[in-house]
Amino acid sequence: MSNDQPSTHEPLEEGVVFHVHGVTKVYQMGEVQVHALRGVDLDLYRGEFTVLLGASGSGKSTLLNILGGLDTPTDGHVFYGETDLTRANESELTDYRRFHVGFVFQFYNLIPSLTARENVAVVTEIATSPMQPEDALALVGLGERLDHFPAQLSGGEQQRVAIARAIAKNPAVLLCDEPTGALDSKTGIVVLEALQRVNQELGTTTAVITHNAGIAQMADRVIRLADGQISEVNINETKLAPHELSW
Amino acid sequence: MSMRAIDKKLWRELWNLRMQAVAIAMVIIGGVGIFIMSLSTLDSLYETRGAYYREHHFADVFADLKRAPLAMQKRIETIPGVDKVENRVVAYVSVDVPGFDDPVSGHLLSLPDNSRGLLNQIYLRKGRLFEPGHDNEVVLSVEFAAAHKLQPGDKLHATINGRRKMLTIVGLAMSPEYIYQIAPGALFPDFKRYGVMWMARKPLATAYDMDGAFNNVTLTLTKGTNERDVIDRLDDLLKPYGGIGAIARADQLSNRFLTEELKQQETIATVFPIIFFGVAAFLLNVVISRLISLQREQIAGLKAFGYSNLAVGLHYIKLVILIVGFGIIGGISVGIWMGQGMSNIYMEFFSLPFMLYTLKPGVIISAILISLGVAILGTLYAVHHAATLPPAQAMRPEQPAIYHATIVERLGMQGWFSQPTRMILRHIERRPFKAVLTTLGISMACGVMVVSGFQEGAIDNMIEVQFGLSQRDDMMITYTEPTSQRSLYSLRDVQGIEHVEGFRNVPARLRYEHRTYRTAVTGLQPDGKLLRLLDSNLKPITLPPEGVVITDYLAKILHIKPGDLLTIEVLEGHRPIVQVPVVGTAKQDMGMNAYLQQASLNRLLKEGDAISGAYLKVDEPYQREVYRELKDMPRIAGVIEQESAVDAFYENVAQTILFYTFITTILGGSIAFGVVYNSMRIALSERGRELASLRVLGFNRGEVAYILLGEMAVLILVAIPVGLLIGYGLCAYMAYAFDTDLYRVPLVLGLRVYAFSALVVIISALLSALMIWRNIAQLDMVAVLKTKE
Ligand SMILES: Nc1ncnc2c1ncn2[C@@H]1O[C@H](COP(=O)(O)OP(=O)(O)OP(=O)(O)O)[C@@H](O)[C@H]1O
Ligand SMILES: [Mg+2]
Repeated sequence: MSNDQPSTHEPLEEGVVFHVHGVTKVYQMGEVQVHALRGVDLDLYRGEFTVLLGASGSGKSTLLNILGGLDTPTDGHVFYGETDLTRANESELTDYRRFHVGFVFQFYNLIPSLTARENVAVVTEIATSPMQPEDALALVGLGERLDHFPAQLSGGEQQRVAIARAIAKNPAVLLCDEPTGALDSKTGIVVLEALQRVNQELGTTTAVITHNAGIAQMADRVIRLADGQISEVNINETKLAPHELSW
Repeated sequence: MSMRAIDKKLWRELWNLRMQAVAIAMVIIGGVGIFIMSLSTLDSLYETRGAYYREHHFADVFADLKRAPLAMQKRIETIPGVDKVENRVVAYVSVDVPGFDDPVSGHLLSLPDNSRGLLNQIYLRKGRLFEPGHDNEVVLSVEFAAAHKLQPGDKLHATINGRRKMLTIVGLAMSPEYIYQIAPGALFPDFKRYGVMWMARKPLATAYDMDGAFNNVTLTLTKGTNERDVIDRLDDLLKPYGGIGAIARADQLSNRFLTEELKQQETIATVFPIIFFGVAAFLLNVVISRLISLQREQIAGLKAFGYSNLAVGLHYIKLVILIVGFGIIGGISVGIWMGQGMSNIYMEFFSLPFMLYTLKPGVIISAILISLGVAILGTLYAVHHAATLPPAQAMRPEQPAIYHATIVERLGMQGWFSQPTRMILRHIERRPFKAVLTTLGISMACGVMVVSGFQEGAIDNMIEVQFGLSQRDDMMITYTEPTSQRSLYSLRDVQGIEHVEGFRNVPARLRYEHRTYRTAVTGLQPDGKLLRLLDSNLKPITLPPEGVVITDYLAKILHIKPGDLLTIEVLEGHRPIVQVPVVGTAKQDMGMNAYLQQASLNRLLKEGDAISGAYLKVDEPYQREVYRELKDMPRIAGVIEQESAVDAFYENVAQTILFYTFITTILGGSIAFGVVYNSMRIALSERGRELASLRVLGFNRGEVAYILLGEMAVLILVAIPVGLLIGYGLCAYMAYAFDTDLYRVPLVLGLRVYAFSALVVIISALLSALMIWRNIAQLDMVAVLKTKE
């Protein structure tokens, strides 16, 4: 990694949350090198709803994980505001995840031993100015299912608990990796509505990975990845509401 | 050739499980090691004793008498059933070893001219036998010589029949008759103060006034002969010559002690491995089945691809055999290595000329079958459980995933606990069976540690009771013959002797109904302070003027209780047979005896105020001088110093037991660690995904570790007291099983044993936690997001 040399970094443009600069990620698999990212430059803006598209293996998850502080790039820099995430140590990254980022995963990753309310509380208890878990769950339409355990909820409901958990700490950014991947279209729309609501009402910068090109129509910006590089960026002039999407 | 994919999976998984595999192997090594060590040591001792007795023609019947003409030999040979007869001259002498102040008593036995004897042949370890014409040559027992660093060519003095004689050592030897070398009346061997020596027949007979006569005879029997008949006839023959009753091989001192020791060893060799192996097997089963349970999704996957239940089962059995096989091979090697070490310690301890280390194939086969059996059973159970589910169901997280509010929460105390603590409590409550198994496993490991520490404390307590509370004399002297009470005056005159109490001691056979036991009857002073009998609460008992008090364990063996009439067949003098009421029992952890007031015993023997010896209280600074004076007193046959007896005990008997304790502690510790580490690792695998998710959500390592290790801490805290209780139970069983004629192991467990056992578990836990910490720190956050459970 080129961490030893401070990058020349001009002050961030107004409204930029993430500034990604020359990021590469190489997995060393014995003799073979897998280039998951080959020099990605990207800015994400405050309050923006971005959709990441791309073929399987194009590096979407890798990029999102790096943005979320779950992984570090092989080369390049990722600025979150003024902070260079690539130079942050383990505990700084933990704090970053703890106070700034909300995650939604394809497989929900709820804690089976906690109720919906507690799954949210587990995050709000360690955050600085969180919502009430009940409010977060109400926001995703689960105000009535507070005391149910994950096993007692459907997949879509579990995914909404995961969204509530992600937004409850009032994160600055919300990162979602295929949040509707395991859901049918009807449930998927409910989940997307929850995401859009959070984005619009709380102004949370949101990035969503999907394989479903239709979803791109609800985004402010659509970024296409191919073979570890950004191949195309589109700005949507007219955004559609989730229920208008052609699934 | 390329490996089949499923076999590659096997090796990869084994590699991923390597730390756990090592921990499981440690449990097996502990169990198998103790099993092999104990059983092979026992088999070796029996084999060796058998071979030694056979090759050296150990006699079947032994008799001491006052003096009989050599012509008696012919008459003894005519007793039906008698095979070979050898008569000997045996002298009790006091020995003077240059540079050693304490009195030493010796047993001087005659050997026929320049041979190793006909029966009870000696094994010449060093030097040579006697040369004709050299009258003052002796062969010394190897132990006695070693204790004093004596070599062939060295000299020592012996007082034979009141005459001091200088003897030259020409050889060092061992004898099947003295495998366990112990002075008559002593409880433990003391090689410094009691020695066996051999001398040529002629000079010994001359010195001991036994020309043309003998005072000891041993014989072997033809096959199928009734021992009792021969002994009765022999007793009749020898009675006019002062015979004090012939004894069978079973009652021969060395053989009896050896038999008791072997019995004890047999108990240890069965009880310990059963406990250790049982615990190890249980743990193995739990660990393996939980390990396999973790694989249920993979099992479902394999089945979905079309592998049969059998193929899946075999796949995991292969994995388990690899892990267990490693442990078994390790356990067998460790067991053999320690078994040889242990056998050699016994060889030294028992004065055996050789040791036939015997490892019966059956022992190894049972070790393998038991280990593999329980492991495979655990595997099959888990695989069956996973494989019988429809794949679709098995691929979902294991049921029941339903959580309930915990008891704590129903009690409204949830406010007291943070979410992570609630997660701990819920997780324990959700899987009570698993929690119980884990707890039980750790408890057993803790119990094993208690068992390991048990013997040492018990021995200390035994010594403490015997020598602190009961036998409170500093020295015990015995006269060559019963003597008048008046002789005590000359003892009281010796400077440094503070207090003297005479006692009478006769060999006797005790009989109640059809049960008999051969021991000594002791007559004590009614108000004696130096030998006190204790009741079950360790309070002194006062001997009533009439009636006999017997050792509690002897009462149990004879099935006799206070109020019953005990028959005493005296085996000395006129050999009277009398009946005396039992008036009480005395708690005694060592030996088995019967006690009366001395006057009462004198009356039963129809004699005056005769005594056999005396207990002395000696002022510490005068100890040496008192010794020297006693040694020069003509009628004193032997002096036993209590302190040196205890020292000798710790040096000899305790050494073997403590070595065993040391080994079991190490192996017990290895079991404890193996169990604790595995429990933690399994908990980590079961919850790794959940914990990684928490890390993604911003929990730091410490917080995540708290959830995992907190649960383990709760279980371990419950497991320790339960384990101490289990340990106590196992010790109670051992104490019960260890009872022998020679000693009863008291069930006392010091705080130290408990503390140590708990400590081993806690240290194992901390060590495991430290090792697990690395795994927690490296939880793969990215990987966990890519996969469904
Ligand atoms: N831990 C890893 N080790 C090696 N290679 C990896 C690892 N993780 C990802 N890769 C490789 O990096 C590349 C990008 O992976 P990534 O998960 O980012 O793809 P993706 O765009 O999210 O694909 P999908 O749409 O299938 O989720 C792939 O070629 C993948 O094989
Ligand atoms: Mg992906």
